[in-house]
Amino acid sequence: MTSHIEYERRYDVVVIGAGPAGLASATSLAEAGLNVVVLDEQTAPGGQIYRSATRSPISDPKILGTEYYRGAELVAAFEASGAKYVPQAIVWSVSPGWDVGVSVRGHSFLISADAVILATGAQERPFPIPGWTLPGVMTAGAAQILLKTSGVVPDGEIVLAGCGPLLWLLAAQYLRANAKIACVLDTTPRSNWTKAIGYLPGFALSPLAAKGAKLLLEVKSSTRVIANVDSIKAVGESGLNAVEFTRNGTTQKPIGAKTLLLHQGVIPNVNLSMAIGCEHVWDDTQLCFRPVTDEWGETSKRGIFVAGDGAWIGGAVVAEHAARLTALKVADRLGKIAAGELSNRASRDRAAKQRLVRGRAFLDKLYTPAKQFRVPEGETIVCRCEEVTARQLRDVVALGCAGPNQAKAFLRCGMGPCQGRMCGVTVTETIADARKVSVEEVGYYNIRFPIKPISLGEFAAIPTTDEAMKTVVRELPPGVTS
Amino acid sequence: MTVDPDVVVIGGGVIGSAISLGLAMRGKRVTVLDGADIAHRASRGNFSLIWVQSKGLGMPGYADWARKAALSWPVFAEQLERLSGVDLAFIQPGGLHLTLSEGELEARKRVFIRLREQCGGVDPYPWEILDAAQVKRMLPEVGPTVTGASYCPLDGQANSLRLLRALHIGGNRSNVSYRPLHIVTTIEHRGGEFVIKTDKGTFTAGKVVLTAGHDNARLGPMVGLDVPVRPQKGEILVTEKVRPFLYYPTINVRQTDEGGVQLGDSVEETGFDDTVDLRVLSAIAGRITKMFPLLENVNIVRTWGALRVMPRDGKPIYDQSKTCPGAFVATAHSGVSMASVHMLEVPRMIAAGALDAELSCFTSERFQ
Amino acid sequence: MTRIASCKSRTQVKFQFNGETLTAFNGDSVAAALLASNAGPFRTTPVSHAPRNPYCMMGICFDCLVTIDGVGNRQACLCEVTDGMQVETQLGRRDIAK
Ligand SMILES: Cc1cc2nc3c(=O)[nH]c(=O)nc-3n(C[C@H](O)[C@H](O)[C@H](O)COP(=O)(O)OP(=O)(O)OC[C@H]3O[C@@H](n4cnc5c(N)ncnc54)[C@H](O)[C@@H]3O)c2cc1C
Ligand code: FES
Repeated sequence: MTSHIEYERRYDVVVIGAGPAGLASATSLAEAGLNVVVLDEQTAPGGQIYRSATRSPISDPKILGTEYYRGAELVAAFEASGAKYVPQAIVWSVSPGWDVGVSVRGHSFLISADAVILATGAQERPFPIPGWTLPGVMTAGAAQILLKTSGVVPDGEIVLAGCGPLLWLLAAQYLRANAKIACVLDTTPRSNWTKAIGYLPGFALSPLAAKGAKLLLEVKSSTRVIANVDSIKAVGESGLNAVEFTRNGTTQKPIGAKTLLLHQGVIPNVNLSMAIGCEHVWDDTQLCFRPVTDEWGETSKRGIFVAGDGAWIGGAVVAEHAARLTALKVADRLGKIAAGELSNRASRDRAAKQRLVRGRAFLDKLYTPAKQFRVPEGETIVCRCEEVTARQLRDVVALGCAGPNQAKAFLRCGMGPCQGRMCGVTVTETIADARKVSVEEVGYYNIRFPIKPISLGEFAAIPTTDEAMKTVVRELPPGVTS
Repeated sequence: MTVDPDVVVIGGGVIGSAISLGLAMRGKRVTVLDGADIAHRASRGNFSLIWVQSKGLGMPGYADWARKAALSWPVFAEQLERLSGVDLAFIQPGGLHLTLSEGELEARKRVFIRLREQCGGVDPYPWEILDAAQVKRMLPEVGPTVTGASYCPLDGQANSLRLLRALHIGGNRSNVSYRPLHIVTTIEHRGGEFVIKTDKGTFTAGKVVLTAGHDNARLGPMVGLDVPVRPQKGEILVTEKVRPFLYYPTINVRQTDEGGVQLGDSVEETGFDDTVDLRVLSAIAGRITKMFPLLENVNIVRTWGALRVMPRDGKPIYDQSKTCPGAFVATAHSGVSMASVHMLEVPRMIAAGALDAELSCFTSERFQ
Repeated sequence: MTRIASCKSRTQVKFQFNGETLTAFNGDSVAAALLASNAGPFRTTPVSHAPRNPYCMMGICFDCLVTIDGVGNRQACLCEVTDGMQVETQLGRRDIAK
């Protein structure tokens, strides 16, 4: 293992995540004169959208598109701001005080701060279909990361399936990179159009509209797009061989493919905010749990803020504006903003954010993933880590299991190394469906630290106290044993 | 119209489920009322040992009861596995309590000697003090700072989550009516019957059994029972799945059949706060890495704090109401160890209407 | 998988996968390096021994687990490949000695 690296253990603010939200907030905070550190588990700044923005090997900028290169500007401003950056820093706990538990290349320590900004972004929504665990099936986001960081694309026939802007963006980037797309299976339910149409005016006025239309045209004019796909099955033995699907309920000819890239939107990464104990709600429009925050991004725990997609899925530019608003509030709290100035200084970002948020409503409605792709049945795997199927889950519900925590105890779903990230929403929605009650009533897994696996030795290295030692040494039995 | 049950069992944890299944096996109509998904459930958070050694200090009757429970586990496991089709991963190779200093080892020995004195000069169950070399032969992975261990051949382990599921499946197959999300608000004793109100309706039965864990303290007085239990936190860490390496359960390290290693567990008086405390987790981690240095690089995937249901003196409470005949309470910290007698013995007594003399030492009158 | 033509030249890295020497480039994650060489599966599951490869590439799913330089269950998508690195398939449960 690498030798122990010493870090400062005390900052005004700790920012977790170096995506657009984390970079923007840290830049503003440092410019306001605060001592700030950004911790991120990746090897370079940029987050998911601007992955490797400063060092992507791709030489033709047209492939990824101009927006991607906005990331390099963000990183440059961040680097000039004086904020400290620690790559490969995995945050695994945040305890009252606030103490941030972080693991850097196998060594853990605590960093304390007055405020903590969670800029941990989003993850792709699980896409539980038969065969989604086969090698050769991965998310569109994963494929995009391979392209951005290493210029790697699948060889052989590729099928893209699902819905949402990222799917179209990846298709376009693949076409520009000359990857072989066999077809795009569009799972957007036709009925979504009726629900979305009322939000079209707001969308049309936002900068998203022109971009989106151009992208769709680019993809649809040069590859086969099959609309109204309402079931998908990945088939193969030790890896993907073919994709079976139905269209408007009718079985279609299977497509031979070695790669299937799935995507149906993204959802906030809630493990950290949940483990901290922040209040969360189910968002009926975006179909996900998200932390409750005020207009500045502060959660129900004073001093814990969430900025960017971790609070609400709005995309990279919204994340940037929201993060600057959070930074202002934190700077104000820490005495760096002149009295009465806060509201004034917030007006620009607030207006810009509002415009984009209005446009987002249309996308949320249009790309609401269909129920059958969120709430599985039969032998489809729900929990990838423990290989728990939808049938097993529905069986324990029939036995009287009312929520995800009892289901976890009965079936081990959510107990694997991903700690429920890949099955959490699916389990909750499936139980709600089986019990015919609302998702709020079912609730979510009780998430605890560490939110990422760390070694026992790292736990042992965290400072303990004599009092804590006494609770574990049982020299004389306190009248009981296990 | 549905028929009223013979018995309403309040609480569907490992104790209530075992007793209700035992009652149903005896032909009783049983309804189980259980709480919400996020309730404090010791049945979901325990260490899953079947543990005899040290039990009974200060109450010889408990040593006998614990021995009986351990000896009936094989029969219990076989019956329940057959009924539910669930593998309980029960093993009973004996268990070790490892020590890290001569003082700790000496203290272990004193426990057994004192217990023998309290039991009239006869050991209530077999035990042995092992030196470091003997321990190393049984558990080759122990570290050099382990000074020895106490060993009791009756100790063992099961998979407690599967135990709970098996009891629920068994109950379902034996016509136990299980009602989750039915939180009992009041119990009244009227005309020889118990009227039990929940937020989702009222139930009436001739008998009621309180197995509601922490809530027994509130419910007991409604039927003339004093149940002084308090929450006592235990924090546990679990590793990723690793290949089998630990062939005996120990008091604070055991490997589950799935491969994860459970590391525990603290004893803390923090009320109803079940959050994990890094300082305590670190203390546990520090001790365990001394016991098993090879675990140092293994990843922890989960931790939790669970609230033991702890009677004032740490011993179980089994009691029947004098003022409201037909009301019983069963609460014990070691619900997994005792699951066998909870299914095989206690229901017979409840069905007959009175607890055996063997359980008289567990009355809550002992606290008066 | 394959590398697209429009790529800047980067320093080559040689590493081993189950004893076989493979090449990758500086800055590749171990996951990208293996996928680009069509090597796999990354792991077999501890539950049913089914083969798995990376699913998310962003640290979420833990399907990319491999043994790296003797340490089991490491996330290949979060580690950068380095010259001389020894990577092995993670077969089922980890061995505590690894
Ligand atoms: C796979 C994927 C691909 C996407 N591609 C596009 C795209 O091409 N175009 C587009 O417009 N939008 C895309 N999006 C959406 C876009 O990424 C978001 O809108 C935007 O990145 C939000 O910014 P953020 O700063 O909130 O989060 P992110 O960019 O996600 O940044 C969060 C950062 O936090 C770090 N992190 C998380 N947890 C921890 C922890 N415990 N410890 C340390 N660090 C941690 C992560 O490593 C990450 O770097 C994509 C989303 C995903 C999930
Ligand atoms: S591919 Fe998902 S964690 Fe690495």
